[in-house]
Amino acid sequence: MTSSLEMPPRRSVPAPQLTWAQRLREVLLSPNAIRTASVAVFFVIWEYYGRRMDPIFMAPPSAIFQAALELIRNGALEKALIQTLWPFAVGMALTVVIGVGLGIVMAQWRTLEYVLDPFVNALYAIPRIALIPLIILWAGLEFAGKVTILVSVAVFPITVNTYSGIRDVRGGMLEIGRAYGATEWQIFWKIILPAAIPFIMAGIRLAVGLAIIGIIVAEFFTAISGLGGMIVEYANVFATAKLFVPIIVIALVGVVLTELVMWLERRMSRWRQLERERF
Amino acid sequence: MKPPAASDGMVVYDGVSKFFPVRARPGREDSAELMVALDRINASVRKGELITLLGPSGCGKTTLLRLTAGLIVADEGRITIAGTPVTGPRKDACMVFQNFGLLPWRTVMGNVEFPLEIDGMGAAERRDRARDFIELVGLGAFAEHFPHELSGGMQQRVGIARALMRKPILIFMDEPFGALDAQTREQLQEDFLAIWSRTGATVVFVTHSIDEALILSDRIFVFETAPGRIRTVVESQVAAERLGGDVRAHPDFGKCRAELREMLRSEP
Repeated sequence: MTSSLEMPPRRSVPAPQLTWAQRLREVLLSPNAIRTASVAVFFVIWEYYGRRMDPIFMAPPSAIFQAALELIRNGALEKALIQTLWPFAVGMALTVVIGVGLGIVMAQWRTLEYVLDPFVNALYAIPRIALIPLIILWAGLEFAGKVTILVSVAVFPITVNTYSGIRDVRGGMLEIGRAYGATEWQIFWKIILPAAIPFIMAGIRLAVGLAIIGIIVAEFFTAISGLGGMIVEYANVFATAKLFVPIIVIALVGVVLTELVMWLERRMSRWRQLERERF
Repeated sequence: MKPPAASDGMVVYDGVSKFFPVRARPGREDSAELMVALDRINASVRKGELITLLGPSGCGKTTLLRLTAGLIVADEGRITIAGTPVTGPRKDACMVFQNFGLLPWRTVMGNVEFPLEIDGMGAAERRDRARDFIELVGLGAFAEHFPHELSGGMQQRVGIARALMRKPILIFMDEPFGALDAQTREQLQEDFLAIWSRTGATVVFVTHSIDEALILSDRIFVFETAPGRIRTVVESQVAAERLGGDVRAHPDFGKCRAELREMLRSEP
């Protein structure tokens, strides 16, 4: 009769007993404690020297905090944030759809690959910033312009990664589908696409970073709205304390978005990571 | 000669040949050459028996299995399964792969239900059946584990459970235990025999191990190389004992093994 396999037994290990001195030391020297201390020291030095400099060139953290409160209270920050994040969200969604779509089409149909790859390569080679004046000419300064610039900057890593991810699927894996009588359509949805997900997610992570750069650069050029527009506006009038506020907000948005995508990526690519650790 | 009647066997090979293109010799680039991988195979597998294709690597045994599974197409001759010519993979003939062939992003459950998912069976129903087969191969405690969390032997148990899901009339096994250590291999051979004896499925099993062929088969198709041919078909002398216990302890085991080794070694 068939032997039934059981889970290996597990054993719980008691936590080691530490003296209070050891515990204190562990807390004070933990990586996060050191990081916090480092940042705190940085702000203290900034505050000290910032107060002694010409306010046209530098602002201390306390002044920036004041400026931030003012911009929050009068609604300017909220307005700019929405003006940036709304086209960012739409642009990012379009980027993913177009990027993954192009990658799939080019990886699955040789003929279409040959039709499209001269254009993809050419666009990839041109610094997309060079195209911004042209895009503004075509799509305008507002929403459509920002979205177009963002997509043009961020779409390529997704296309390239999707393409490589699909091409990387080994023949042995496709044969599982064929041997079990799956249709081409089923093989694509149940084998090729899931196998390419870790590549696609890595592409999306790169694209988010580029998209943030893209939207801010777009707003620099249009200079009439959003966080990027705010930066240009305050820089022009030497309102240095206010100038730092959108910069910090962009940094925060960037960190949060990148962490979010990395978390998603880890979740969706866990099998690949674990597989690598094993072999 | 009249082709063998369909009723003669579950799988019937009628003059099956397969050629593979090889790179032309230097200086003769204009002429493509073909290597004869299989040369006019005539054989028949009876319903419900377990046969092994035994031979050294490169003898064409795996090619014959892939032809039978409909993954590649014969250049000459004809293969029929249960009376119908093979034109592509059949849903009632399932494959167990050499390197397990599991989808790494699916759990044990997800892998085992794959064939019925392809067939469009409802989730609840196919899960119930998958649970039974996972239980049957002894992995009841591991249904939600991923392949990379399992040992090689356990992964191949998943491969076997998946192959059983459609209750196939025919199971193809391509050196399924070749990648496993000796102890695990013996355990899986024993467990597989026990499972197979309850299913009534016909099994075509590829191996290069004489011991494995003797432990498992009713009959052994002994291959010769270059070109790939079936030299002889041996009725196993120890087949009757294999379900009761270890056939390696059978008094005739050593003799059978020596005979097979002699057949594989000597040129005709």
